[in-house]
Amino acid sequence: MDKKQTVIQVKNVKKYYGDVKALDGIDLRVDKGTIYGLLGPNGAGKTTLVRVLATLIEPDSGEVTVNGVDVKHHPTKIRRMIGLAGQFAAVDDFLTGRETLMMVARLYHVPKKEAKKRTDELLRRLSLSDAADRPAKTYSGGMRRRLDLGASLVGKPEVLFLDEPTTGLDPRTRQELWHLIRELVDEGRTLLLTTQYLEEADALCDYISIIDRGKVVKQGTTNELKSSLGRDVVEVKVEDKNQDETLKIMSSVAKCDTIVDDITKSISVRAAKGADMLVKIVTQLEKAGIKPKDLSVHRPSLDDVFLAVTGNKSTSSSKLNKRGEK
Amino acid sequence: MESSTMMKSFRMTLSDIGAIVRRNIMRFRRTPEIIVFSSIQPIMFLLLFNYVFGGAISAATPGAKYINFLLPGIMAQTALFSTLQTPIALIEDLDKGAIDRFRSLPMSRAAVLAGRTFADSMRMTFIVLIMLVFGTILGFRYQAGGGKLMAALGIVLLFGYAFSWLTATLGMFIRNSEAVQTAGFLFVFPLTFASSAFVPVDTMPNWLQVFSRNQPVTQLINSVRSLMLGGPTDQVWIIITWSLVIMAVFIPLAIWKFGKTV
Repeated sequence: MDKKQTVIQVKNVKKYYGDVKALDGIDLRVDKGTIYGLLGPNGAGKTTLVRVLATLIEPDSGEVTVNGVDVKHHPTKIRRMIGLAGQFAAVDDFLTGRETLMMVARLYHVPKKEAKKRTDELLRRLSLSDAADRPAKTYSGGMRRRLDLGASLVGKPEVLFLDEPTTGLDPRTRQELWHLIRELVDEGRTLLLTTQYLEEADALCDYISIIDRGKVVKQGTTNELKSSLGRDVVEVKVEDKNQDETLKIMSSVAKCDTIVDDITKSISVRAAKGADMLVKIVTQLEKAGIKPKDLSVHRPSLDDVFLAVTGNKSTSSSKLNKRGEK
Repeated sequence: MESSTMMKSFRMTLSDIGAIVRRNIMRFRRTPEIIVFSSIQPIMFLLLFNYVFGGAISAATPGAKYINFLLPGIMAQTALFSTLQTPIALIEDLDKGAIDRFRSLPMSRAAVLAGRTFADSMRMTFIVLIMLVFGTILGFRYQAGGGKLMAALGIVLLFGYAFSWLTATLGMFIRNSEAVQTAGFLFVFPLTFASSAFVPVDTMPNWLQVFSRNQPVTQLINSVRSLMLGGPTDQVWIIITWSLVIMAVFIPLAIWKFGKTV
């Protein structure tokens, strides 16, 4: 049993803004060379936690260390170890990509020759070489994110914090960024990212904390989270006129709450053995003369976990459009 | 050993300030509208005051050319007005996340503010020089040597620089660019208009004269007039003192507030 090296340690961290409990006792641990995901709706406290980790704000209480160094007492030491890429892509519109990276290198006190070398390397790596001498205001959303990420890499940090790195990007650009993020970790970095996209957490993260209203509501590997629900999801879609009848049948057969998707109107229930449940439901529906439009059984997705643990109250992201119904 | 570490950290701070100044200057260069409009505004003031009030004031004091009286006032006004841009740019950097980036780097935090005020003072210098040129075109005639002219410019810019730390502090307390602009005018308007900038102080009611004679902008303008047109220059030291006092109060206050502003 080799014990993994802990890089980031967060213990009972609290940050209140008046009555708002932005962070209400967060605990987490991130191992070296892994990607840790903070998943949660808008306002859950993800960004606040990243700001605490990146020494931008001090927590009211609790302990945060990066490589054993305390964030509160040695912020400058921390700043030498970390890179931060923010939610809003903090890139100056009026500077070119090259100027941005050179400026950041200068602020890291990298000697000029080395700064030029690093800048060229990063521009190439981020596929920004062609646009290097254009002001960033001419960049696309994806290019800005890459430049922002590049700026966070200038200091060769061992630890990276990415706050919603792909929010607002189109699917292809997102995939490219995911690829880049995986590469960065394969090279030995440790990375903590926040996201509202379950898909993203699923695709990238080794370990996930689901955060809601300043608290960790669930923690585990993606597989652990999925199997914590333990049961299959049986989904049925019927004509609108049969919706109410079907709801009744399904909840009486499954003897549990049904979940109705607001948009697709599909009705789902959880069952230990999805296939058996499906057959039972279909039999009852046939008896009632209802013909389903669509039937499916699947293992729980992270969406399901998310909805189960956050009490279905936050639907800010379009991915989270299911609501529980009694 | 101790002193060499201090030297090193001092040099690093200077390098940080240099990087930030460079960035802010690039902003002016790549967004020329900022400079163009902030130059047009004082030119407009100069023309308006000279041609609208000039006749009335010259009639009251025959033989005096109003532009000679006006230009030192406009130079001071220009410097003060331009300090209202400092908090706006600062708030923009806070809002857009540029300052988050700076704060996540192992750089001097004070350098962000120093870089802001230095870059803004360069712009201030540029605009005040434009006012000198336009004033000359409108008929201003220097009656003192080049050294005194430099001294006149020097105290305008020194006072303007000190004042920009005050407006920067104001910006962080208010933390909203629209509000800070309005709040800034509340400071800058009384200081420039209830001064000797546009009309002689003796024409004001007594109670206002008390304020006007003893406030720094009047003392600044009187000193600039004396340096450019000849006259007693004993108030120059008062202005230097005012500037140092403002900086001694507002530089630490601004840096302290910057640490707390998100």
